[in-house]
Amino acid sequence: MGQLLEIKNLHARVEGKAILDGIELTIDAGEVHAVMGPNGSGKSTLAYVLSGREGYEVTEGEVIFEGKDLLAMAPEERARAGIFLAFQYPIEIPGVSTSVFLKSAVNILRRERGESELDAMDFLKRAKEKLAALRMDQKFLSRPVNVGFSGGEKKRSEIFQMAMLEPKLAILDETDSGLDIDALKIVAEGINALRSPEKATLMITHYQRLLDYVVPDKVHVLAHGRIVKTGGKELALELEEKGYAAFDAASKDAA
Amino acid sequence: MTVPAHRDASGVHEATCKAYLDRFAAKRAELPGAGLPWLDAWRERAIERFAEHGFPSPRLEEWKFTNLSKLAETVFEPIPSAANGISREDLGGYRLEGASDHLLVFVNGRLRPDLSDTGAPGEGVTVTGLSRALEDDAEAVEESLIGAGDPSAGERASALGQLNAAFMGDGAVIRVAANAQPERPVHLLFLAHADKEPAGMHPRNLIHAGEGAKLTVIESYVGLSDGPYWTNAVTHVTAEKGAAIQHFKFQAEGAGAFHIAATDVDLHENAAYTSFVMSLGGILARNEIRARYNGEGVHCALKGVSLARGRQHLDTTTRVDHLMPSGVTDETYKGIVDDRARSVFRGKIRVAPGAQKTNAYQLNQNLLLSDRAQADSKPELEIFADDVKCGHGSTVGDIDAEALFYLRARGLEEREARTLLIEAFLGQLIDDIEIGPVRAMAREAFTGWLAGLDG
Ligand SMILES: Nc1ncnc2c1ncn2[C@@H]1O[C@H](COP(=O)(O)OP(=O)(O)O)[C@@H](O)[C@H]1O
Ligand SMILES: [Mg+2]
Repeated sequence: MGQLLEIKNLHARVEGKAILDGIELTIDAGEVHAVMGPNGSGKSTLAYVLSGREGYEVTEGEVIFEGKDLLAMAPEERARAGIFLAFQYPIEIPGVSTSVFLKSAVNILRRERGESELDAMDFLKRAKEKLAALRMDQKFLSRPVNVGFSGGEKKRSEIFQMAMLEPKLAILDETDSGLDIDALKIVAEGINALRSPEKATLMITHYQRLLDYVVPDKVHVLAHGRIVKTGGKELALELEEKGYAAFDAASKDAA
Repeated sequence: MTVPAHRDASGVHEATCKAYLDRFAAKRAELPGAGLPWLDAWRERAIERFAEHGFPSPRLEEWKFTNLSKLAETVFEPIPSAANGISREDLGGYRLEGASDHLLVFVNGRLRPDLSDTGAPGEGVTVTGLSRALEDDAEAVEESLIGAGDPSAGERASALGQLNAAFMGDGAVIRVAANAQPERPVHLLFLAHADKEPAGMHPRNLIHAGEGAKLTVIESYVGLSDGPYWTNAVTHVTAEKGAAIQHFKFQAEGAGAFHIAATDVDLHENAAYTSFVMSLGGILARNEIRARYNGEGVHCALKGVSLARGRQHLDTTTRVDHLMPSGVTDETYKGIVDDRARSVFRGKIRVAPGAQKTNAYQLNQNLLLSDRAQADSKPELEIFADDVKCGHGSTVGDIDAEALFYLRARGLEEREARTLLIEAFLGQLIDDIEIGPVRAMAREAFTGWLAGLDG
């Protein structure tokens, strides 16, 4: 399979503070990668840099997505190119109805892919299917984005949006935290349903729990803004046993 | 001679005041109802008070945020020439087709019967032009104007109301008989087409709903020209016991216009008054509502939106007097301010001693779309009773950067995402308008305004 994403020597800072310190990571189409690391290691920063959030300043390195310079693109251009970020802390947007905004986004991406736009009926039909698969209430569509949702509902709402938008590269930032085991299984099903030879997933997580249900091809350990170890799915289990401390020490020595 | 503290020192305002006095002396005989002794005396007193107070200065608490020096630089012709060229076609979408039985169209302050539809009589509603009412039934007008008394007659802050009284031109007189409940609204459409001279319009509207009556009234001010003119409107609203009035106002004056409007509302036992003001026209506009609860159990909802751009200055001032127990005030005004524009909110709720079980809340929120946009917000409560529930809130903020990023990260263009968030800021206030055609008009105006956003 071809290369989808290539991150080379990526350095980034936030509010003047260097957070990412030379990330190297390549994801091929069809793969699922997991990035694991302790709190504050820079996982969310990586996710935001990839999706183009303001205030995250790249000081060195490059990111190539399907042969294009990702860092030169605006957030919406990245989304249109097929990148999706499931936020660690999805925000509430009062006054903006989920269905209105999502229908607009779905059709923007469909146009971009050369597919026909969904009319209101088709959109609703598809949304209802996806909601049912995620065991979510249909009323959810008419509510303002995330308003009044519990933490778990917000996470599911992110997966629902992902299912509707069908991204090429989904970046899931701790989508598993705050979910009970039943919800976790449902979310994992949602992620697995989107797996295909053309698409890829980058799962950011703190625990290996999710990886029991969405089995990764590769696991990376992030510490102090660098990938300090890469391995197969067994690396996640090793982390679970030994904790991050061992890797943390290794990275500090390297620094 | 010493200049009073509230006057400007330059003498420009003095000269303008003097010009109005001269106009009054020269033209008083041409004013509607001239020759009626009570009215002549009333106008005379009013012009004297105006002369005494002059233009309200920002040193007055009530005018702290709104400076009238530009208004006071120009003499706006108080009896403007008619713009006879206006025809039915020019009314266009402002008519609210099908929404109202009664449409009174005023052009440059004068009622134009040829453009108006007074509809089928009956249903207990009478709608007349003020000028005409002074000919047909001057006594009734006298009672409305003088009988009720003007609580702000002696106040400096209301000097422009006095100028209105002096030059009071036409306006609408609406009366709904006890228990009458006309199904459709009465629409007052004030058109200004002032391309020849700076016109000064001083309309006065008298709205009365009898016991148990129900009325919906729409007041629209639309500018058909961009040059300077001045609308200085005064509206009296009375809702008798158990009456319910819905009052919508749509302020879309021309780009160079000044719009000063005072609405005095007297509410009696168990009366309900709902006001919605959409303000987006003019270079300087002030919409002032003064409501008095003269009986128990009054229910009053005051809502409005201001959309300001360029160098517009849009002022919303409200004053609510809970004089009797068990009154409810539900007040929400929102402003969106772009470019170098400014929105002002001053709201005072006063709960008199003995007005127990009052429930009053006022909220003002402003969204600034540019670095140079400004919003001044001053909600105030004065409470002299102990068993009440009162509160207020006020916010001034920018577009939420996190929300903007969230929407863009889903593929929406920055412009579309911004528009969605701006829309979300006050869309609900518009959606809550009960009368369909009014809601549609407000929605359309808002959408049109949003389409004019740059970048
Ligand atoms: N907006 C921000 N402002 C200041 N510091 C930040 C900001 N975002 C992240 N950081 C800092 O960057 C580091 C990495 O944070 P983050 O990427 O959120 O870590 P993780 O997701 O791995 O927990 C932390 O030290 C955090 O305090
Ligand atoms: Mg994080």
